[in-house]
Amino acid sequence: MKVAKDLYYTNDHEWLKVDGDEAYIGLSDFAQDSLGDIVYVELPEVDDEFDKDDAFSAVESVKAASDVFMPVDGKITEINEDLLDSPELLNEDSYENWIIKIEISDKSQLDDLMSSDEYEKFLDEEV
Amino acid sequence: MYPYIPNTQEDEKRMLEAIGANSIDDLFSDIPENIRLKRELNLNSSMSETEVSKDMIKLSQENKSINELTCFLGAGAYDHYIPSIVGHIISKSEFYTSYTPYQPEVSQGTLQYVFEYQTLMCNLTGMDVSNASLYDGGTAIAEAAFMASNITRRDQIVISKTVNPQAREVLKTYGHLQGLEIVEIKDEDGVTNLDELRNNVTDKTAAVIVQSPNFFGIIEDLKSIEEIAHSQKKTLFVTSVDPISLGILRAPGSLGADVVVGEGQSLGIPLSFGGPYLGFIAVNKRHMRKLPGRIVGQTLDKDDKRSYVLTLQAREQHIRREKATSNICSNQGINTLAAAVYLTTLGKKGLREVALQATQKAHYAFKEITKSGKYKPLFDKPFFKEFVVTSDVPVDDINKKLIDERILGGYSLERFYPQYKNAILYAVTEKRTKGEIDKLSSVLEGIK
Amino acid sequence: MREYNKLIFELSRPGRRAYSLPENDVQEVRIEELIPAEYLNDDELNLPEVSEVDIVRHYTNLANKNFGVDTGFYPLGSCTMKYNPKVNEDMANLDGFKNIHPRQPEETVQGALKLMYELDEALCEISGMDKVTLQPAAGAHGELTGLTLIRAYHEDRGDTKRTKIIVPDSAHGTNPASAMMAGFDVIEIKSTEEGLVDLESLKAALSDEVAGLMLTNPNTLGLFEKEIKEIADLVHEAGGLLYYDGANANAILGQVRPGDMGFDVMHFNLHKTFSTPHGGGGPGSGPVAVKKILIDFLPTPVIGKDGQRYYLNYDIPKTVGRMKDFYGHFGIMVRAYAYILSMGSDGLNKVSEMAVLNANYLAHRLKDHYSLPDDAIYKHEFVMAGLKSELSEITTLDVAKRLLDYGYHPPTVYFPLIVHEAMMTEPTESESKETLDEFADVLIEIAQEAKEKPENLKEAPHDTPVRRLDETLAARKPVLKYEG
Repeated sequence: MKVAKDLYYTNDHEWLKVDGDEAYIGLSDFAQDSLGDIVYVELPEVDDEFDKDDAFSAVESVKAASDVFMPVDGKITEINEDLLDSPELLNEDSYENWIIKIEISDKSQLDDLMSSDEYEKFLDEEV
Repeated sequence: MYPYIPNTQEDEKRMLEAIGANSIDDLFSDIPENIRLKRELNLNSSMSETEVSKDMIKLSQENKSINELTCFLGAGAYDHYIPSIVGHIISKSEFYTSYTPYQPEVSQGTLQYVFEYQTLMCNLTGMDVSNASLYDGGTAIAEAAFMASNITRRDQIVISKTVNPQAREVLKTYGHLQGLEIVEIKDEDGVTNLDELRNNVTDKTAAVIVQSPNFFGIIEDLKSIEEIAHSQKKTLFVTSVDPISLGILRAPGSLGADVVVGEGQSLGIPLSFGGPYLGFIAVNKRHMRKLPGRIVGQTLDKDDKRSYVLTLQAREQHIRREKATSNICSNQGINTLAAAVYLTTLGKKGLREVALQATQKAHYAFKEITKSGKYKPLFDKPFFKEFVVTSDVPVDDINKKLIDERILGGYSLERFYPQYKNAILYAVTEKRTKGEIDKLSSVLEGIK
Repeated sequence: MREYNKLIFELSRPGRRAYSLPENDVQEVRIEELIPAEYLNDDELNLPEVSEVDIVRHYTNLANKNFGVDTGFYPLGSCTMKYNPKVNEDMANLDGFKNIHPRQPEETVQGALKLMYELDEALCEISGMDKVTLQPAAGAHGELTGLTLIRAYHEDRGDTKRTKIIVPDSAHGTNPASAMMAGFDVIEIKSTEEGLVDLESLKAALSDEVAGLMLTNPNTLGLFEKEIKEIADLVHEAGGLLYYDGANANAILGQVRPGDMGFDVMHFNLHKTFSTPHGGGGPGSGPVAVKKILIDFLPTPVIGKDGQRYYLNYDIPKTVGRMKDFYGHFGIMVRAYAYILSMGSDGLNKVSEMAVLNANYLAHRLKDHYSLPDDAIYKHEFVMAGLKSELSEITTLDVAKRLLDYGYHPPTVYFPLIVHEAMMTEPTESESKETLDEFADVLIEIAQEAKEKPENLKEAPHDTPVRRLDETLAARKPVLKYEG
């Protein structure tokens, strides 16, 4: 299972990539693989605000659905609308195809997230 | 031996032997003694088919059917003609003894008729997506309210008092569970008071719900109501509709409805003392992922053959569990087939003809009943197949006299609208004849 | 059989008709004079134009593509696909039941009200409860009704902090969905290794915030919760109520009653336990039975009796209101009533005995080939964890699809979620030993085939009207109506 470098990760298999005061958020390769063929991605609206651990999106396959949770507090600044018509993009490359972009409210929360190496270890040991 | 239980005593013995049990009782040994029922149930003993039929036919004869009484009663359930073909098709046991089409390879019959039903309902209501049914018109309104609240993340529902009071009761009961605030808009001259509606639709409003033709049979000004509903960003416009009326009336979809719901009993489903009927719900494409209940979609099989399958299932309880859009599992199944066969049988011309005849006969009845001035129109608004008249005579007295003349009279509005004393809601379908209507008006005329 | 693959819309030809209506015999007035033109549609309706024979053949062809209980063995777990006696259908179609209006004066529907009153009484006796509402439309609707009652009970006592419902992880999906819909948060508790409620987990979950516990007994694994009394006491001591999901009640008819197990409220599925047809997904009927403490909250109306007169009783002091239009699915009640009359107390007892014997016998026949615990006593159903031999490539789905080729409806698959590769199998009492033997032989043959010709399973089904469907395509690019 691919774990992209230089990203932050959560226990729920989201990744976060910092871009100044903003960040892209998406699903890890492990998450897309366990869901199988993704058929729909539910997206929030720009300007919606969420707290850490809030579900901001849901990703559906034919026989399963999984919420996607906020790694940190933040406000949505962009959504990846390509996913609405082509949810399979997440299966193709879940790192290239981010789900949302946010304005990070509190950068110190990043410290609670895992590094790529830690996440790799987490996958080996915990999952 | 029982006709529905095939195992013989010999089978029982051999099966017990095979599994190494001494008696049937062994198989219940996991139930603690202190809670087991140590007596027979206090019910009748088993009966033969002849005895059951005889008893039940007798019981059924203690009811007076609409074949014995000429029905002018409506108020949410209607005596429309049901073509013979409907009963025959829905009695095919490959249809009615199957369950939810979980195995699509052997359920194409069910899946295809639901797909056809969805198409027919979309075409009729002017909407993009219909589900495979809800329980009835009342719960369809409640589900629409939940859906609107979920989509808009708001918890206020504005509903007109001209919506069927029974449906409003259901909405109140459901709404309490989700902490919805239900705001009822008063009626004036038989329609929704638009000023009051305008004053109550705010940025907290999840949905505006109206019914047209409304509970009094009157056609609401949906265009103006739509404008008010959509004066707030996000607020959904929900209309409940009698599908028969769409034979002549504009489809709610063409009037800007976001959600169309209703009671489909009129579409070939017997009155059956109130159920099972058919709740329908249709939405525009934007909201399809938030629809409650099952949906059938078209796809291809392995050999690229056109086929049908339950789809968008991630909304549903068996996958999403506590995050499902609704808990509905069993729906109205075979009644969607009845509706599909009905709409197909009546078709393009027939449904219009049914709606036209009902309208014309209702207006004829209205004219005849109000002619002498003894019965007065309560409202002065355009109506479809139902209308309200009042008089000095209590409704119960009138209806008792009508029963004596083998006529099933109208519905008394007083229980839900105490301000309308002695008001009766009459329904006239295409089944009624001039002779029957004339008899009703002459009996009414003679009542003191 | 020639292949039939048309939609009704594709049969439509301008000018064909299948209806016949009498001439309009009242004075014809132009519709525009009765209703303002702005309310009228100007478009022609987008409905098909076909002849009656077109429709009959179309739907007959569709019926041929369907599998029902009347076609063959249908061991769909937790769905109780028992035989639907034909006399029930005849009774529901009697003029005096089928053609009565729900708002008729009560004196003209005494037979219907009496039937409902007696059904209420029979269900009370069968369940060990005190009063029934026949209003709920289906099992899930019964759950919602029951939870609404539980909520009303706590609210009435001013105990408003009880916002949680406990649901075991083996529960039907409707349980947590219904709890959410009723405004509760769901606490899921894990089952023991054996598949029963774990008392320690339950104790840990209980608190003064718990409104109640929802439980199916026997549970979805077909196992009887032996410690039900202890469970009930724990929940009651914590101030909660117990809800019984009656989906699996076929196993206990006349043997043990939810009321005696300690449950406060429950639903029956008339379309499972009491033989009314499943109708391709409905309509069902989900009457809810309650103990005395909840009677005052029941939705209105309930059926009352005053001397020899039956009536709709709207006078329930603290009613929760109304759960649906009118009084419930009367047409389904008629069928269930006919069934209870036919079977009687002796017959219902026999039903549970044979349902349980059939399940245990079938499990016994399969346990060398499919993954099953060794020594369990089942009630009405059992759950196999896929094939016994660990062939990674052959899944439960493959086995299920292969069964279709042999003319059987597969068991419920991939449920309950706590069993890997689950095949939840409920034979019901309607099946003979021969049917069970033939079915077991086929499943054993398939297990053999899994080793020898796995591709046969992967490709299955071969002989069905259509083959495996592309569900991903259906969900990614939804086509939900015919567009011509």
